[in-house]
Amino acid sequence: MWIRRFAAGVAAVLAAVITTPAGAVTEIQWWHAMGGALGQKLEKIANDFNASQADYKVVPVYKGSYPEAMTAAIAAFRARQNPTLLQVFEVGTATMMAARGAVYPVYELMKNENEPFDPKAFLPAVTGYYTDTNGNMLSFPFNSSTPILYYNKDAFRKAGLDPNAPPRTWADVESAVKKLQAGGTTCGLTNEWPSWVLVENFSAFHNIPIGTKSNGFGGLDTELKINNPLVEKEIAMLADWQKTKLYDYGGRTDKAQPKFFSGECGISLGSSAARANILANGKFDLGYGMLPYFADVKGAPQNSIIGGATLWVLKGRPAAEYKGVAKFFTFLSRPETQAWWHQNTGYLPITLAAYELSRSQGFYDKNPGTDTAIKQITLNPPTENSKGLRFGSFVQIRDVIEEELEQAFAGKKTAKEALDAAVKRGNDLLRAFEKANM
Amino acid sequence: MQTKRVTFGGYGVPALLVAPQLAVTLVFFIWPASQALYQSVLQQDPFGLKTEFVGLANFRRVLADPAYLDSFAITAVFSLVVAAIALGVALLLAAMADWVIRGATAYTTLLIWPYAVAPAIAGVLWWFLFHPTIGIFAYVLSRFGIAWNHLLDARQAFLLIVIAAAWKQVSYNFVFFLAGLQSIPRSLIEAAAIDGAGPVRRFRTIILPLIGPTTFFLLVVNIVYAFFDTFGIVHATTGGGPGTATTILVYKVFRDGFEALDLGGSAVQSVVLMAVVVALTLVQFRFIERRVHY
Repeated sequence: MWIRRFAAGVAAVLAAVITTPAGAVTEIQWWHAMGGALGQKLEKIANDFNASQADYKVVPVYKGSYPEAMTAAIAAFRARQNPTLLQVFEVGTATMMAARGAVYPVYELMKNENEPFDPKAFLPAVTGYYTDTNGNMLSFPFNSSTPILYYNKDAFRKAGLDPNAPPRTWADVESAVKKLQAGGTTCGLTNEWPSWVLVENFSAFHNIPIGTKSNGFGGLDTELKINNPLVEKEIAMLADWQKTKLYDYGGRTDKAQPKFFSGECGISLGSSAARANILANGKFDLGYGMLPYFADVKGAPQNSIIGGATLWVLKGRPAAEYKGVAKFFTFLSRPETQAWWHQNTGYLPITLAAYELSRSQGFYDKNPGTDTAIKQITLNPPTENSKGLRFGSFVQIRDVIEEELEQAFAGKKTAKEALDAAVKRGNDLLRAFEKANM
Repeated sequence: MQTKRVTFGGYGVPALLVAPQLAVTLVFFIWPASQALYQSVLQQDPFGLKTEFVGLANFRRVLADPAYLDSFAITAVFSLVVAAIALGVALLLAAMADWVIRGATAYTTLLIWPYAVAPAIAGVLWWFLFHPTIGIFAYVLSRFGIAWNHLLDARQAFLLIVIAAAWKQVSYNFVFFLAGLQSIPRSLIEAAAIDGAGPVRRFRTIILPLIGPTTFFLLVVNIVYAFFDTFGIVHATTGGGPGTATTILVYKVFRDGFEALDLGGSAVQSVVLMAVVVALTLVQFRFIERRVHY
């Protein structure tokens, strides 16, 4: 625990140093988790805002990974030294929503500060994830992505497959991976973010529930439902393919990326935001497609769900800063800002206007495949199974699901045993969260 | 004790002399440890908005969790294996370095180097070497027909963190063993040699007992190292997987506290970990030290 206190202390000292008033400009601390190239893009947005007016200065501070940024901000909040603005990943949403005394809901902020704010301007798949049961937006969508299918066109050609026809169904994938392997590619298929891709998005895309109570949106007394025959069928199939490397598990988070861009695997299911990285590292002709589905399932393909992060406003700062945050959100909502961010990062355009703008600028014609993610996420109007999910302790539950998937792929458990165990362990965590937040 | 004894008049000077040490212990051990104890009996949301005293409920919850007991078993095996390998290899290297006459300093320096590497760096290094796709060791192993994939093979993942953890500690142990070996009077060994004792016999009956205190000290240090300092290695190589095969206790404390934000549960684990290390050290001093001759 002392590390937490110590970190909070250091943060406090830093904050004191940084926020020393410089003239009449109100500084707004923005803690985020975008490293490398993405971090530079984010800083450009903050700089553009700062240059656009003279009253406020947004100061972005890189805080490490998503969990690290969130933990640091929470520790800072406990020490009353929190930033005003915090970037939180999608699975941290339930935790933030439960912390009513700590967050300033965005719709309230915009109303109180008289800034225009229309939730309908955002893509429904994005707003759905971040609104409360009354349809109010609690946080500000910033970067959203969704998993798509990437494939190696050169490997497809070598295997005698049509390089312009990405596999659409799991049956297509099966015949493709078999031909790829026969054509000399070591492994057929791999994927990033196992739980997000193979369980959460798989379920949404087939319009089946991940949990009861509308995937947790309807209340804390929700239970996981992922041990159903359809998910079981998928996992059992992949576990079977794993034996001959038709499928090859590549690890959690985005650790599987090298497997794809080194050419080892011919197809990868990964985040749409991975595009830039794959283009930079893969020395082959890259193809894009939508996630595969089982053709015999009624209602599939539905639409996929998002990942990524939103901006949360934390309480406990001087009033002037909130005025600045509201102005900053208005700046972020501009189609030009949104379109620039979308085109330069691979994240989704989160407003319809930014999508239209990118299209009229000819971005999708010049960069084929970049609209696959948008088409997939807007394929159908979201149902209660496909508008997202809201489970407490979901960071931990994802770990549990991935631990159990690994057992299945390693052949230590059957798909059914692994999913049953994931549901049981996940439900225990949901009950603990329910108890702590009643 | 008939030698000259220097005594201090009064308590002022001795108190002043131990004060810095006490202050450091207080700030960096007693205070945080007491915070952990306090947190372990609370049920609190991450932001500290709602706090409830729950007594030993957190302890009951954690100790009844099969995943936690699993982690305990993994940690026990891990610590023993790491300590055994680190001590064994270091002793072997030290014994050989003690034999070498030409270039001894160069060997010694090279062998000490890895100790200066931070655990996280060591982790990344081994992660690279054994990466199933890009790792050179994985490549070489595949040439011998061994499919290396620690992402799915629990035993290989465990082996990986053991190798990385032991490798780092070998250097530390090596320094102490070498010093221990060099302090053994040559005449003893030479006398034994004249009496007809071969190198193995000399090692077993003379050298080993004489470096007993060093070995004992290193055993304690190595166990504590494996329990506490290996977090960075696990974090950088396996992340606790596959499944929970390499989730050692200290990694679980981090994960439950910093990722899952279960403060009470994580504090309980820190308290238990603290108790385990205290107990282990006590046992080692009480039972093993008796068999060590200084």
